[in-house]
Amino acid sequence: MEDIKKRIAHIKFWNGLFQVVGLLSTFVGLVLLFTLMADLFTDGAPRLSYKFFTSFPSRFAEEAGILSAWVGSCLVLLVTACAAIPLGVAAGIYLEEYASKNRLTDLIEINIANLAGVPSIVYGLLALGLFVYFFEFGESILTGGLALALLILPMVIMATRESIRAIPNSIREASYAMGATKWQTVKWHVLPYSTGGVLTGIIIGLSRAIGETAPIITVGALTFIAFLPTPPVSSDFPFISFKWLFDPFTVMPIQMFNWVSRPQKEFQLNAAAAGIVLMGMTLLMNGVAIYIRYKFRKKIKW
Amino acid sequence: MSAVTSKDLKAEAKGLNFFYGSVHALKNISLPIERRKVTALIGPSGCGKTTFLRCFNRMHDLYPHNRYEGEILLYPDNVNIISPEIDPIEVRMQISMVFQKPNPFPKTIYENVAYGLRVRGTRKKQVIDERVEKSLRGAALWEEVKDRLHNLAFDLSGGQQQRLCIARALATDPRILLFDEPTSALDPIATSKIEELIIELKNEVTIIIVTHNMQQAARVSDYTSFMYIGEIIEYDRTDKIFTAPSSKLTEDYITGRFG
Repeated sequence: MEDIKKRIAHIKFWNGLFQVVGLLSTFVGLVLLFTLMADLFTDGAPRLSYKFFTSFPSRFAEEAGILSAWVGSCLVLLVTACAAIPLGVAAGIYLEEYASKNRLTDLIEINIANLAGVPSIVYGLLALGLFVYFFEFGESILTGGLALALLILPMVIMATRESIRAIPNSIREASYAMGATKWQTVKWHVLPYSTGGVLTGIIIGLSRAIGETAPIITVGALTFIAFLPTPPVSSDFPFISFKWLFDPFTVMPIQMFNWVSRPQKEFQLNAAAAGIVLMGMTLLMNGVAIYIRYKFRKKIKW
Repeated sequence: MSAVTSKDLKAEAKGLNFFYGSVHALKNISLPIERRKVTALIGPSGCGKTTFLRCFNRMHDLYPHNRYEGEILLYPDNVNIISPEIDPIEVRMQISMVFQKPNPFPKTIYENVAYGLRVRGTRKKQVIDERVEKSLRGAALWEEVKDRLHNLAFDLSGGQQQRLCIARALATDPRILLFDEPTSALDPIATSKIEELIIELKNEVTIIIVTHNMQQAARVSDYTSFMYIGEIIEYDRTDKIFTAPSSKLTEDYITGRFG
């Protein structure tokens, strides 16, 4: 009896020890994150003002703002979304609903999973060769957006496939049994029921894209830019212009990098402020993703 | 083999073989399906009754490596519906199916019933409205749902959901209605409602039902076919099968000696 008690005490010691280690590990992560954020906020928060959002970068730190950077980020993201969403969703649907399961599709599957892990600068190189030199899109918003689209494409494909797989097969059978074609089944069931998961995946992908710097630098985004791209709408015929696609640009992380690399302390503060904005954008997008997931989960439970 | 001499057939399987890849699941099956009668398929698990049922609307075509041989003729047109030249969609548009577990779409009650019409490209609201009401009445569900047609189908109880699935299957005027153990996921009260409904429905449509429940087969069907390891052992009038089966195997199964 004594023996058993001793052994239990011994086992419990290890049990308790891991609890402590686990807790400490969690705290290290959390504390570091909070210190980082607190530091960013104390440095950057005083610089956040309306003017900061509406000013171009400048030689004078107090007058410099992030106008060209956030406009550039938004436009690049728009191109990314327009390219990655249709391609990724269509590929995901094809692989899940149409493609027969064989060696080739297995190979494609493994490749897509691996593509998600390719370093982003490699995508930058690919985009430089393909979009800048081959298609001659120039060092433009279009090139930047497409480079990021390549980057998040595997994520979108995988998110699409995951959420399609969550749809029970009985629903597909019910649809086919009524004489529906594959496309009707996809259009009326597979797509609508997987929308929540697909959107979540897309937004998570986009929120990764917005913080990417390497591929954007590789394709030749400018680090200092004091003008906006051509507006997409104008008062003259034909009112809509796509010229902005071919304009040079910068994005938030590049603007930050530019400021951080300057010796003056004031520019460091600007970088911190821009960091807060960038983090806010990412958090907002993740928040939207969580909300969408929650909403769709509530609507459809199998 | 058949002791039945009626000539009013809706369909007939002749020398049907079915393969899941290299597995020979149905062996040389021949079975008449009487018009506007209920034919029950019974037998122990894995005997191939569901596999056989799913041949009638070509559900096996959805998955790779499945192969049919032989014929299932649909009368009066005399078309072999498992022939590769016949589009499975054409078959499914004429032969509807109700599944083991209620599987309504996560849409409204109305949209669930209207689905078959939408698939066929029907746009006229008036036509769809009428057909939805008629089908829901046919499935004995109208009175319960007429005030909430635009609520989600998932809000219904299990038994109601299954009747909704029957309404969905009825909405396109099928020539044959297939039931694959339609009450196995339901409680006794819901089950008896579905059974009454099946007896009601045979006035309008030919029915084939797979059931693991022999009392159910006895209650609802006119003809019963006993299957065992991919073969039909015996086919006869239901009362005959359950009172005086001619095969020893059938007798052993229905008296509960195995299965």
